[in-house]
Amino acid sequence: MISLLLLTPLAGMLVSLFLPAKWSKYWAAAVSAATAALSIQLLRTGAAAERVPWIPTLGVDYHVAADGISQLMLVLTAVMTLLAILASFESITERTKEFYSLLLLLESAMLGVFVAQDLVLFFVFFEFSLVPMYFLIGLWGGARRLYAAIKFFLYTLSGSVFLLLGIIVLYLKGGAKTFDAATLLAVPLDEVTAQWVFWAFFLAFAIKVPMFPLHTWLPDAHTEAPTAGSVILAGVMLKMGTYGFLRFSLPLLPKSGHAREIVTAMAVLSIIAILYGALVSLMQKDWKRLVAYSSVSHLGFCTLGLFSLNASGISGSVLQQVNHGISTGLLFLIVGLVYERRHTRVIADFGGLAHAMPNLAVIFAIAMLSSAGLPLLNGFVGEFAILNGAYQANALWAYWSVPGVVLGAAYLLWLYQRTMLGPQQEINRGLPDLSVREWLTVLPLVAWAISIGVYPKPYFDLIAPGVKAALEALHRS
Amino acid sequence: MGNFYTSTDHFALMPALVLALFGCAGLFFRRISGVAMLLAGELFTGIALWRQLQVGAFTAFGGGLTIDGLGLFFNFLFVAAAVVTGLISYRYLDIEEEHHPEFYGLLMLAQCGMFFLATGTELVTLFTGMELMSVTFYVLVGFLRESKRSNEAALKYLLLGAFSSGILAYGLSLFYGLTGTTKLTPMAQALAALDPGHPAVLLALATTAAGLFFKIAAAPFHMWAPDAYEGAPTPVTAYLSVASKAAAFALLLRLFLGPLAPLRDTWQPVVMVVAILSLTIGNLAAVTQSNIKRLLAYSSISHAGYILLGIAAGNETGLRGALLYTLVYTFMNLGAFLVLVALRRRNLPSETLEDFAGLMRYSPVYAVLMLVFLLSLAGIPPTAGFVAKAYLFLALVEAQQYVLAVIGTVYVAVSLYYYFRIVRVMFAGEAKEQAPLEISWGVGVSTALTALATLGLGLWPEPLFQWVKGVAR
Repeated sequence: MISLLLLTPLAGMLVSLFLPAKWSKYWAAAVSAATAALSIQLLRTGAAAERVPWIPTLGVDYHVAADGISQLMLVLTAVMTLLAILASFESITERTKEFYSLLLLLESAMLGVFVAQDLVLFFVFFEFSLVPMYFLIGLWGGARRLYAAIKFFLYTLSGSVFLLLGIIVLYLKGGAKTFDAATLLAVPLDEVTAQWVFWAFFLAFAIKVPMFPLHTWLPDAHTEAPTAGSVILAGVMLKMGTYGFLRFSLPLLPKSGHAREIVTAMAVLSIIAILYGALVSLMQKDWKRLVAYSSVSHLGFCTLGLFSLNASGISGSVLQQVNHGISTGLLFLIVGLVYERRHTRVIADFGGLAHAMPNLAVIFAIAMLSSAGLPLLNGFVGEFAILNGAYQANALWAYWSVPGVVLGAAYLLWLYQRTMLGPQQEINRGLPDLSVREWLTVLPLVAWAISIGVYPKPYFDLIAPGVKAALEALHRS
Repeated sequence: MGNFYTSTDHFALMPALVLALFGCAGLFFRRISGVAMLLAGELFTGIALWRQLQVGAFTAFGGGLTIDGLGLFFNFLFVAAAVVTGLISYRYLDIEEEHHPEFYGLLMLAQCGMFFLATGTELVTLFTGMELMSVTFYVLVGFLRESKRSNEAALKYLLLGAFSSGILAYGLSLFYGLTGTTKLTPMAQALAALDPGHPAVLLALATTAAGLFFKIAAAPFHMWAPDAYEGAPTPVTAYLSVASKAAAFALLLRLFLGPLAPLRDTWQPVVMVVAILSLTIGNLAAVTQSNIKRLLAYSSISHAGYILLGIAAGNETGLRGALLYTLVYTFMNLGAFLVLVALRRRNLPSETLEDFAGLMRYSPVYAVLMLVFLLSLAGIPPTAGFVAKAYLFLALVEAQQYVLAVIGTVYVAVSLYYYFRIVRVMFAGEAKEQAPLEISWGVGVSTALTALATLGLGLWPEPLFQWVKGVAR
């Protein structure tokens, strides 16, 4: 079942290479819809782990499995890819076949990251996902696309090579000729090695998330990427970092020595990201760049929740990862919709868009409020759980991150005011409102946002076993 | 002296005999028949090697030749490299209007020298093999008689190559003087009894090492490589960059892990320094190159550094890693040069970065293949280059050479930058000229095979691991 899920986009990509270019978008949509359906089916029924030897000499296995957290991430990935494809129907006019093939290839790689139970397999997926994304940004992006693309690639690669070294150290310390993640993460390490391995893994994931001060690739990549690229980057790829933190960095947290200081450092970096990201967002003149910087702030909440090291914080963080995918995905989709109509992203060029596009204004309002954490929408649930967890861990952390929530509301509401409200600018008169296809791209996310906000319990239930396992690994000595 | 030339000797020598015979015969055949001659020769060489593989390790000529897993490993590699080089050459030489029958013969004679480098266990045999290979390459590099660049490259290579051969001969003769034997096995015993800090031993080691580092184009003995690589006909560059380098590595392994093993404490730091220098100089100099052959020349210097890292690790994993890396490097580097050859058209040398502009537009297949080779050279999964690099890092960590491991990993990111300068122009650049490619079947077949090896060994490296495990005992 899991392998089928991984192979569907890959096979779809191979087939699409032989199809005429004008069919490729419909084919890609169909394939990604099938993948999304499979992922939802997997969420409902669960799936057995699969394990086949891959490189027996070294003990590398093709070993995939999906617990609740992975299942949720799979659904997020599949849905985001489907919507990204739908959103590109009209905006991508050149080299369509290549574009959709790369999206499908990327989908396979991203799905693999969330199910791999073997560290080498994980690394292969983690690193390979960079290649299609490089091309998506570099070929279909904005004016500075090539600069942004190579910056993204080099930044992330520099981190992940250390992940490889960390994996190798764990493998040799384990001495059991296996790269099985569960086995290696339980290997007892001496104090010094534990520190080095932790930081090696940290570097890879912190760049991916990205954590302050390693975030500078993000504004460029997210802003220059085409809408589909931004949606997937923000919606899924950043989560590969937080997912890595949850699955690997938490179990690898040094048990003795400077454990306390490391956790404090993580929390402080997260709080800096929350406040700094929000403040910088407040200053942005470019709509898309604003949304990009808001990711830094929101992901700060996610890492803060993780390093609270308690059930509330971690489960809130996992849910907030999904929430961030939904709300920031929506925000990027909306920027894309507006950009397709006006070919500008400068906030000052807009104003009073709500007159011309009332439906878009409603959707944007929901997206904005969900991102700002309004009760009854998804963002609130996650942020609440994270702040609760942070408070339990250290009240100061919660105090310091709350202003981030306020600032978040500030930059989002101000953005809304400057773009949607106010007197209508002449040039924006008569812009067409949402088409049927555009409704289809945004509605699933809106519905999802509301459903999580109103009734989050099933999600917490789904996440709970994985969180419990993470906490157990944490308290193992 | 009754056993002057026994049947064992004959059996051991067979591949070299076949190569020399077909090589000399090849001198008289033209164009397609030349290629056919080469393919036939390689087929028989392959059969001879295969039969030797069935028998298992043995020595011949009283210990002058040793046919073992290591030697056969390298010889199969040479066969692959020679076949590919032969297949891509005939169209290229037509375009250069330098199609002479000697070309294919010279390829095989060079390979004959490589055979002795990989299997010889006696100093004179090894040195003769080295000279046979080198002299043939001096001619091959200057094969484009009308081209000033080719002539200049050949002359530079000849002068520096002769100089380094002299140094190597000096080192080897000192070892003979110190131990009184030219055979490697007794030499090992004699050297183990000597004081490793003796100035004569150090001088012999230093001169031998310098000569070898020159042949593998490791920094700081790399100066000839960019010029020779750039000026030589592209198929020769390809052959030079993989087969000649691999042959020199075979000799280096034979000497350093054989008779020089007792001196490990002396040479290991030297190998480390040379590896770091090669990585640094190769990678940093490649960043600014605009000629792709020059860029690949510098990148091949850095790959020599990676292979040396495996030797510097000094454990069995490191040796396996070095062998694995050499084989994988052969395929991926050949592949990159193959695309260069495929793009060579009349009036379009296809050697600079701009010549690759917009390749994706008019030849998506070759653009994607080049992407695969470059990703592999950089070491991005799921290509063979990733497997090889990861295994080398494994060896370094196992040997607790953490600093070397970190240096090696950091340069992965640097190398990605310059490899992706090529990717960038291929995919994002606008093609200036839409002249269609004229792909000969030889180029098509060999590109497909090398790409298959590069991707296939990345996705399914188990057989390679098994083989290397058997070789590196």
